[in-house]
Amino acid sequence: MAEQSIAGAPSRAMAADGDRSARARFVIALLCLALVLSVFLSLTAGASDASAVRVIRDWFMGALPADAALAARDQLIVYDIRMPRVLLGVLIGAALAVCGAVMQGLFRNPLADPGLIGVSAGSSLGAVTIIVLGATWLAPVTLALGTLALPLAAFSGGLAVTLLLYAIATRQGRTSVATMLLAGIAISALAMALTGVLIFMADDRQLRDLTFWQLGSLAGATWPKIGTAGPVIVAALSAMPFLSRGLNALALGEATAGHLGIPVQRLKYTAIVGVSAAVGASVAVSGGIGFIGIVVPHVLRLAIGPDNRYLLPASALLGASLLLIADAVARTIVAPAELPIGIVTAVAGAPFFLWILLRKRGVIDL
Amino acid sequence: MIEAHDISVAIGGKRIVSHVDFAARPGEVSAIVGPNGSGKTTLLKALTGELAYTGTVTLNGRDLSAMTPVEAATLRAVLPQATTLAFPFTVREIVRLGLIGGRSGVLPGEDARLPERALARVDLDGFAGRFYQELSGGEQQRVQLARVLCQVWAPVLEGRPRYLFLDEPVSSLDVKHQLIIMDIARDFARRGGGVVAILHDLNLTAMYADRLFVLSRGQLAAAGAPADVLKDELIEKVFDCRLKVGTLPAGSVPFVLPQSAA
Repeated sequence: MAEQSIAGAPSRAMAADGDRSARARFVIALLCLALVLSVFLSLTAGASDASAVRVIRDWFMGALPADAALAARDQLIVYDIRMPRVLLGVLIGAALAVCGAVMQGLFRNPLADPGLIGVSAGSSLGAVTIIVLGATWLAPVTLALGTLALPLAAFSGGLAVTLLLYAIATRQGRTSVATMLLAGIAISALAMALTGVLIFMADDRQLRDLTFWQLGSLAGATWPKIGTAGPVIVAALSAMPFLSRGLNALALGEATAGHLGIPVQRLKYTAIVGVSAAVGASVAVSGGIGFIGIVVPHVLRLAIGPDNRYLLPASALLGASLLLIADAVARTIVAPAELPIGIVTAVAGAPFFLWILLRKRGVIDL
Repeated sequence: MIEAHDISVAIGGKRIVSHVDFAARPGEVSAIVGPNGSGKTTLLKALTGELAYTGTVTLNGRDLSAMTPVEAATLRAVLPQATTLAFPFTVREIVRLGLIGGRSGVLPGEDARLPERALARVDLDGFAGRFYQELSGGEQQRVQLARVLCQVWAPVLEGRPRYLFLDEPVSSLDVKHQLIIMDIARDFARRGGGVVAILHDLNLTAMYADRLFVLSRGQLAAAGAPADVLKDELIEKVFDCRLKVGTLPAGSVPFVLPQSAA
């Protein structure tokens, strides 16, 4: 991938004149290609031998009469099982990576991600509440909402944490990013403790559900779930490109961004609401998938620089591709069973991240 | 014209600036001087709208508190004392951020070349491709000045003067670059803009400032032309230091004044 070519001395930027935009556009084009390949790989890989190639061939040329039954089965697997899963993977991978990049820009901290300020923990608490209490105390709720109860609860949990944080950190119309970060850590701890209490109350079957959900998975992907989470994620992500110039200016500090003409308070508000909506919706349908939000923006900053006009779209593309590949691994490596995808992203992501950090210390230190 | 009337600023319940009147005219370099902790930067932050203040500040006759960030950014650019970055940007990427508002004042096609020209102005030709965090403190300060210059490249836009606010622009620079930067400030004023600068070097101040505002413990101790303000009594009172204005050192002690620059 692109980081190979910046292996040289960190003392010079890649382009001698310091303009990395041509390079960024090239990397984005490559990432588009990578996403197409990942989608194709995901549609093809799986426990069944159904193949997207065959479906596409049948689509264009018509199935041979002898293969009609096979074609019908292929169609079922590819359209109804793999397609929603792939689409969900694209949405969630893009959402997690872009939200990570936006949070890092907003908090001016390369370590920030939605997990850090408690959005993920709030979503988890909401979801775990439904899993554990859904059949007993909250039976009326689950009965009324059906399969939507879990995603809605997760979404509300994330949103509630965000609103609480915002209220704590905002005084006289100014939001203190430092207060928000610290309060987020405290609220995160509280939400995790409450989640712990619920886990303590859970029975064996619920425990397995919980574990699987907490480690994250795209296994539950269905068209109705995409119909619920998709619009929220798409809406939130399409607002993000409008923040990129403001986030660039914010790298110089809040005061300087304001002097440059950026409406900083509105920028913060939009970023926080957008991120909590996208993350809430993602966690709601797929559980907690780690590392995408931190690794993807980092790798891309090394390759194309921190300009958010390129970083945000590139993050969306790389995040989507990586999650699809991780999911393909998760469901083939122990087939016919499958691993939680969070395990795959952590096992592959953590060592890779450490390797990058060791090699690029000079560029990362400020 | 920048006019500030009866400005007071309190931070954490402590009053840092109290009842200061200030005015900076286009065409002039206005300097704010005073000892450490006298409220210079706080006053500047009130004048740029960064800190909440009581009193009134107007830019070209319009109330600063009623302006949007974009309107204010069109009229003035601000150079802070020091800028730390959150991410590794190249020098060109930093300077280009000055063009974010899109009101540099040059012809539309020329914006793309402005970072180079601004870097050349601050004597950083050929630095565009370097990483900001690898430069020395003085070089970083000049990169930031180049960014600020891009924002208000034309000192007058649509008939209205624009302003530069510089918080200690030369404090980390060698003497050659002190002169270069102060020449840029004076040139900006000559071409119709206004400059407000916090300075520590009284010789440099006397050389470049048209008007002087002396702060002492958050209050205005004196204001006027350097020749009228820089007197022995004032310096002893404000800086708590017995210095004589215009007195050569005795014997053969060498001294170097910026005024002697050829």
